[in-house]
Amino acid sequence: MSRETHMLPVWFFIGVLLTIYGVIIFVTALVDYSQPTAVVLAKFHPGLFGGVFLLLIGGFYAFWFWPGRRKNR
Amino acid sequence: MTLTLLAASAVQQSATRLISLSPADILIIVIYFVMVLGIGIYLRSYANTSNDFFMAGREMTAWVAGLSFLSANLGALELMGWAASTYQYGILAAHFYWIAAFPSMVFLALVMMPFYYISKTHSVPGYLRLRYNEATRALSGISFACMTVMMSGINMYAMAIVMKVVLGWNIHFSIWVSSLTVAAYVTLGGLFSAIFNEVLQFFLIWLGVLVVPILGMIEAGGWTGLVLKIHQRVHSDDYVHLWKTLGTFSGNPMGVHWTGIVFGLGGAIACGYWTTDFLVVQRAMAAKDLRSAQLAPIIASYFKMIVPLIVILPGLLALAVLPYRLVPESAAGPGMHSYNEVLPLMLARYCGPGLLGLGVTALIAGFMSGMAGNVSAFATVWTYDIYQPYIRKWETDAHYLKVGRWCTILGVLLSIGTAYFVTQFQSIMDYMQALVSFFIAPLFGTVITGMMWRRATPKGGFWGLLAGTGSSIAMYTLVKIKPAYLAVIALSPNAKDMAENLYRALWSLIICVLVTVAVSLFTTPRPANELVGLVYGYSGIPTDRSLPIYKRPVFWACGVAIFFVILQWIFW
Repeated sequence: MSRETHMLPVWFFIGVLLTIYGVIIFVTALVDYSQPTAVVLAKFHPGLFGGVFLLLIGGFYAFWFWPGRRKNR
Repeated sequence: MTLTLLAASAVQQSATRLISLSPADILIIVIYFVMVLGIGIYLRSYANTSNDFFMAGREMTAWVAGLSFLSANLGALELMGWAASTYQYGILAAHFYWIAAFPSMVFLALVMMPFYYISKTHSVPGYLRLRYNEATRALSGISFACMTVMMSGINMYAMAIVMKVVLGWNIHFSIWVSSLTVAAYVTLGGLFSAIFNEVLQFFLIWLGVLVVPILGMIEAGGWTGLVLKIHQRVHSDDYVHLWKTLGTFSGNPMGVHWTGIVFGLGGAIACGYWTTDFLVVQRAMAAKDLRSAQLAPIIASYFKMIVPLIVILPGLLALAVLPYRLVPESAAGPGMHSYNEVLPLMLARYCGPGLLGLGVTALIAGFMSGMAGNVSAFATVWTYDIYQPYIRKWETDAHYLKVGRWCTILGVLLSIGTAYFVTQFQSIMDYMQALVSFFIAPLFGTVITGMMWRRATPKGGFWGLLAGTGSSIAMYTLVKIKPAYLAVIALSPNAKDMAENLYRALWSLIICVLVTVAVSLFTTPRPANELVGLVYGYSGIPTDRSLPIYKRPVFWACGVAIFFVILQWIFW
C-alpha cells in the first residue's frame, strides 16, 4: 500500500473548510436578512446563496473524501 | 517586535480603510490561518526525506499537481495587478492569460516535460548541469535564487500595502503574520505542504472573488450593457477588443503591436516563464508519473483560460459601474483611489458580512500561495544547486533535509528584508517586471536549444545565457539613459513601457540562441552517450499510444487549443 493511501487527501481539507465557511456565511446572511448591509444589489441576498453554494461544494468534498469512507472504497 | 504588539498596532490603524470587517469576516480569516497551519503540522510526518521535502515524494496526482501549478502563479500581484491593468488597458490584459499561457503550457507538457521528468533532475538549473555544465547551472541557479527572493518580497510588500489601504492593517503586522505562517507550514511539510495549501488556496481565490463578476454582470446588464457603459465612460471601443486594435502601436491603450504580443509575450516571456521558471515547473515535476506530469500543465491551462473571469472581468466592470474614476498610484491624493485598489473596491461594493471575509481571505490566500511557491522553489534550488555542489558535497540525506528546512526560513527572512527594502525605494517595484525578463527569457533560449539541438555545447550554453541576460540588462539601461532608444528596441516611437518589456524579452531570447549556436559551432560538444535522456534524438521518450485517446495528454491539449481559438474569436 503506498504512502499516499494513508495520507488524508487535500480534497477532504477543502471540503471541511468550505463547509465551515458555508455555515458561517449562511448564518450571517440569515441574521442580516431583515436589514441587509448597504451594498450594491443587497436585495438579492448573495450571502444566502453563497452560503448554500459553499455548503453544497464543501459538503460534497467532505463526504466523498471522509477518511473512514475512503478506506471502505 | 512581538506578535502582540503587532496585533495591537494593527487594530489602531483604521483611520483611512476602505472596508470594515464584521466579526464573521474576522472569524473566516482566523479559521483560514488555523487550517493552513494545521495542514502543515499534519504533513510534517510525511516529509522525512529530501525527496519528500523538495519534490513531495513525486507522488502527486495530475489534478493536484495541475491546480498547484496554477495556484503558485496566482499570487496577490497577479490578482490585483491584472485587475488594475484591465482598468487601465482594457481587455488587452487578457492576452496575459490566453496567448501568454495556453501555447507555452502545452509546449511544456508535450515537448519539454518528458526531458525534465526522465532525466530525474530536481530542478531546472539541475537539468542545465546535466545538459551543459556546472558553470551554466551556477549562473542560472544564483540568478533564479536572487530573482525568487526579490519577487517574494515585492509580493509581500504589495500585499501589505493593500491590507493597509483596504483594511487599515499595519504594514508590519501584515508582513510578519502572513510570512511567518507561510514559513511555518512550508518548513514543516515542505513541498507536500506548499502544494496542499496551494490547492486549497485555489478554491478560496475562486470562491472568494466569484461574487464580483456575477453581481457585476447583473448590475451592468450583461455583456452588451457592460460594453455600452464602457463606451459611454471612455468614448472608445479600444477597451473591449483583443486583437482589432493591435494593428498599430498608437491604436490601443497598451501602446503595443500584435507582433509584440505574439512573439514577445507568447513566444519569449510566456515560454520562458511557464517552461523554465522553477517556481511553477517544480509542481509538475512532483507528479507521480510522466503522464501526470504532462497533464498537470494542461489541466492548469484550462483553468488559466478562465481566470480572466475573476481578474479581467472585475477590472472591466469597475470601468463600467464605479461612479468615480481611478487614477495611477502616483496621482492618488486624499479621497482618491488608485488602479491597484480595483479588486478590493469591487469586493466592498458587492459583499456583505461573511462574503467580504471570504473575499479578503481570497486575497490573503493569493499572496500566501505565491509566496509559498517562491520560498519552496528557493529552498530547492539553493540546497540542490548551490549548497550541495559548492558548499557541502557529500552529506547525508538527513543533512540536506535539515538544510532545506533552514533555507525555507532563510528564504522568508530574505523576502521580508526585500519587502522592507522596497518600502524605502518604491520605484523598484516598477523594475521587477523588467527583472523577470532579464533572467527568464534567455533561460528559455538556453534550455530549449539544449533540448532540441544535439550540437549545443557546454560553452555555447553558458555564453548564450550570459549574453542573453547581459543584452537584456543593457537594453533596459540604454532606454533609461536615452529614452529615444525605445523606438529602436520596441520598433516604434509610440511604444509604451509594456511594449518595451515584450520586445526586449524577444531580442534577448534571439541573442541567447544566436550566441549559443555560434559558440557551439566552434567548441566541442559532449559525447552522445552523455546526452541520453536529455536531448531530442538521443532519448527514448515513453510512448502513450497504448492508452485510450481520451487519456493521452495530446487529446486534452487539442481541447484547450479549441477553447483558446473560440475565446479569441468571441473577443476579437
